[in-house]
Amino acid sequence: MKKFGVKKFALFFGITASLALVLSGCGSNKSNHSTASSTNGSSTVQQIKKRGTIRIAVFGDLPPYGWVNKQGQRVGYDLTLARRIAKDLKVKPKFVQVNANNRVDALNANKVDLVLANFTVTPERKQVVAFASPYMKVSVGVVSPKAKPVTKVTQLQGKNLIVTKGTTAENYFTAKQSKVNLLKFDSKTQQFNALKNNRGAALADDNSYLYAWVKDQPKYTVGIKSIGPKQYIAPAVKKGNKSLLNWTNQEVKSLNGEGFFEKDYNSQLKPYFGKEVKPQDIIIK
Amino acid sequence: MAHSGINVLFEGRNLIRLFGGLWTTVEIAGVALILGLLLGIVLGVLRTFPNRLLRLVLRLYLEFFRITPTVVLLFLFYYILPRQLGVNLPANQMAMLAFALWTSAEMSDIVRGALISVPKHQRESGMAIGLNRWQLYRYVLIPQAVSLELPATVNLVTRVIKTTSVLMLISVMDVINVGQQVVEANNQKFPTGVFWVYGMIFVMYFAIDYPLSWWAKRLDKKRLERANG
Repeated sequence: MKKFGVKKFALFFGITASLALVLSGCGSNKSNHSTASSTNGSSTVQQIKKRGTIRIAVFGDLPPYGWVNKQGQRVGYDLTLARRIAKDLKVKPKFVQVNANNRVDALNANKVDLVLANFTVTPERKQVVAFASPYMKVSVGVVSPKAKPVTKVTQLQGKNLIVTKGTTAENYFTAKQSKVNLLKFDSKTQQFNALKNNRGAALADDNSYLYAWVKDQPKYTVGIKSIGPKQYIAPAVKKGNKSLLNWTNQEVKSLNGEGFFEKDYNSQLKPYFGKEVKPQDIIIK
Repeated sequence: MAHSGINVLFEGRNLIRLFGGLWTTVEIAGVALILGLLLGIVLGVLRTFPNRLLRLVLRLYLEFFRITPTVVLLFLFYYILPRQLGVNLPANQMAMLAFALWTSAEMSDIVRGALISVPKHQRESGMAIGLNRWQLYRYVLIPQAVSLELPATVNLVTRVIKTTSVLMLISVMDVINVGQQVVEANNQKFPTGVFWVYGMIFVMYFAIDYPLSWWAKRLDKKRLERANG
């Protein structure tokens, strides 16, 4: 009898395990289909209000947009906006920290309701998430040591250029500048360390962010201020979540009307960017 | 540089936050290890049974978890499975689950290895005095296997604790993730802070892992002394 029991348990376990294997195998095939069509799981404005919390994906290591100060509080340009959105929804914000390359998955796996993580609108991303009205504009810039400044893209041919995975800088150079070797990193921390350790000739990222960085790094300069088309940064929701998308569009419009973004710029971004950048270079009127 | 980067650790609540991150690390590793090791022992025993189908299935289970990189495993559990199955656990619990299953797979192989390296005459003597399978494992095989598998198990434990450093991928606020926040927030004021923050994290991991390694070494030595007189 005992022997039989053990066998039965083992068989059950085996079936469960193989099922898990099969399912995980299917994952990649099915995911396209389900992200495009299904809206189940994503929370409408009503559900968010009922729940009492909105889950927002933010950066934790990207001053001045989304970072954590020494008191352990999340602060930054995106965070001010996030708290305001939560306040206007009359719910509590719950922040989920993401990296550049898991912003899309966090939304699609329904880990968050809204992404406010310096998320640049691109045609590729539009296929997989829904962007609301933009609240910021940027373009890609290239930073290099002052001793060996890079001022033209042609100088980068055959050299290493440092980027963070999943950023617009990576996309732009992959698609349009194939002669440049890309050295890709997972986080902002890693990419700047790599530049300081001379692992590449230069580093490409959003220009506003690079201005902020060089302000306190006298040995480096933004040699190429703007490359590629102008790009917009917008809140993103899960595809098909019309309710939250419409609400967010309305919210951005009314915040623009009352000058919220200029105030947000002056309190969060200005101390970082210095005089080189004007509010109208960044915010959208 | 007027002040040394070590000050970054004592700014505001930075150090407390790092310890908070370490606690998250220990909590996840702890729960994953307890569940994983227990399940691993059961699976390991089952893998020494003569049933071929059972052994094949468990072998596949082991290979799946052993071959898949932990990063891929976490990604699968956190982002892909919820989409397919509608299971939506918080990141910390997902991490515990993924790590527990991974630990159990690795542990099953350690237990299996230890059980089959118990000398054959022990098993045969047990059977000769009429022990049934349960008694054979309970009184003969498992007690002798324990000392064989302990060093490898402690090794596995330290490996699991170290691997929690990839948890930042799925938004778990572990010690590495908090460390990066501290580094980025203070990059401008303390450019050399990186060294001190990661140095502190090194000390923290070392403080957890080293006693375990030392213990493993001691157990191994004891075992050799016992075996060789």
